[in-house]
Amino acid sequence: MKLIFEKSIPGRGQDIFPICDVPICLPKAPHRNTKPRLPEISENEMGRHYTSLAKRAHGVNDGFYPLGSCTMKHNPKINEAMASLPGFVNIHPLQPPHTVVGANEIITELENFLCEITGMDAITFQPAAGAQGEFTGLLLIKAYLQDKGEFERNEILVPDSAHGTNPASATMAGFKSITIKSDAFGMVDLDDLKSHLGPKTAGLMLTNPNTVGLFDTHIMDITRLVHEAGGLCYYDGANLNAVMGIVRPADIGFDVIHMNLHKTFSTPHGGGGPGSGPCGCKSFLSPYLPGLTCKDGKTYTRAEKSIGNLTGFYGNFLVNIKAFTYILTLGSKGVPSVAKNAVLNANYMQEKLKDIYPVAFDTTCMHEFVISLQAIHNEKNISALDVAKALLDHGMHPPTMYFPLIVDEALMIEPTETESRETLDDAIEVFRDIYKMIIESPEIVAASPQTTPVLRLDEVKAAREPKLKYNFGE
Amino acid sequence: MNDPRELMYTKDHEWIYYDGEDAYVGISDFAQQELGDLVFVNLPEVDDEVIAGESFGDVESVKAVSDVLSPVTGIVLEVNEEILEDASLINQDAFSAWFIKVGNITETEDLLTAEEYDRIIEG
Repeated sequence: MKLIFEKSIPGRGQDIFPICDVPICLPKAPHRNTKPRLPEISENEMGRHYTSLAKRAHGVNDGFYPLGSCTMKHNPKINEAMASLPGFVNIHPLQPPHTVVGANEIITELENFLCEITGMDAITFQPAAGAQGEFTGLLLIKAYLQDKGEFERNEILVPDSAHGTNPASATMAGFKSITIKSDAFGMVDLDDLKSHLGPKTAGLMLTNPNTVGLFDTHIMDITRLVHEAGGLCYYDGANLNAVMGIVRPADIGFDVIHMNLHKTFSTPHGGGGPGSGPCGCKSFLSPYLPGLTCKDGKTYTRAEKSIGNLTGFYGNFLVNIKAFTYILTLGSKGVPSVAKNAVLNANYMQEKLKDIYPVAFDTTCMHEFVISLQAIHNEKNISALDVAKALLDHGMHPPTMYFPLIVDEALMIEPTETESRETLDDAIEVFRDIYKMIIESPEIVAASPQTTPVLRLDEVKAAREPKLKYNFGE
Repeated sequence: MNDPRELMYTKDHEWIYYDGEDAYVGISDFAQQELGDLVFVNLPEVDDEVIAGESFGDVESVKAVSDVLSPVTGIVLEVNEEILEDASLINQDAFSAWFIKVGNITETEDLLTAEEYDRIIEG
């Protein structure tokens, strides 16, 4: 298919912008000397171009999307309706506070809801994504430790099963990231943890349930040990969907948390974003929170020792409206039932698949589980990648591949609570059919996909020789 | 395995080759096979310090990014610019594609002979 630049015809265009009738009086410096080379295309053609691209992609609205650790749940349409209300869309953050009382009240109410769910005392909505939420949380830890004069505490402990964003955020925040091993059961290795705790420990970042889909049974010991060593405990809320309304991170010893509203709270994830990664903390960290808040409907205030701003104003406000709508829709009974059904769906799939696809840690899982294709790879030379590609031929988005790094040839499956029994049964049948094909004719699996708009892409070439911009032929 | 017998190895899959007082460091053939097609390499700069048992760089495949640990403590004398340009050289010949040359070596990790290393990767 042609790129939009290849469809461009000089002089063709759209007339959505009227001719500028305001004298341009900008200084010379910011002026462009040449026009930006934008594609020239009619609205009709442009609509078709993007519709055709959309048809070649696969989203939650197209079919099952069990992308582990991403919680690709259904995004209820009512969320969009609420976020489109003119009263939310047509306001500006610099309006006088008395004209946006409702918007500020929603921010406060959503903060109350999320505090109730997490057990934290205060929340900032500034972070625009999960990783920025992590970064914020780490800056809070850093500000707190430095305020106490504990400048030597510069190490953040991160389990080897963690999302790659954890060590990255720790490094960005100026800490040294130290890897903690997992034990044979996929949990934090307590001895390894103890051996790394000490006067340099600033804190621990933990995802619980972790990335192999297991709730760490030593969690109370882990957070106690970190606190005894003088460090703080950071809860990566990526997997909050499995426990929300049931376990509160603050109750199991965490001091600071980020949540991915675009995972757990049903706002669009991936290309449909933007995201929202609010960061919550216990009261002793709240003097350091970023951004402005308006609690009384009259004045904006900044926390006493604020770390500054992470983004402009209040983060992605309309995304927060969607999450607020979701929580109101579910109510206090609905929130824990989401977690229970997410866990039930994952266990259902795990039980129906584990006889042929070995599970990395064979026990009752939480919201996701990890299978290892290592044995199949050894015997039949079929990799996790091959199975992922074969799933595309069956109209399914593949699970997360090759993650977590502690499992070889990993596929990480997270069905989420919004999939029906019928969808799960269909997916199980697809997985079993592919297994049969691996045994009988592995060459077909190795050559998949065959029915998609493009066949198997050369990922290595794409990474080694990326083409990131259009070549105008110059 | 294609790892030369005369080299020493770490349990983390690096090889080390002594050139007088200095040493070349790279990753084993087993490591490159496990990682798959490599697309990027990050290396330290000349004169940087490397510490035994700690990461001095990383290799990136389409699957994952992995740290490369230094078998010795010392100062980087040279880095292999060729693998920065073309990481596939490591896949082609993991022994020739050295990563860094280290001098002023003050400390060394516990190293394995080729036979000992083979036993680890087979076990």
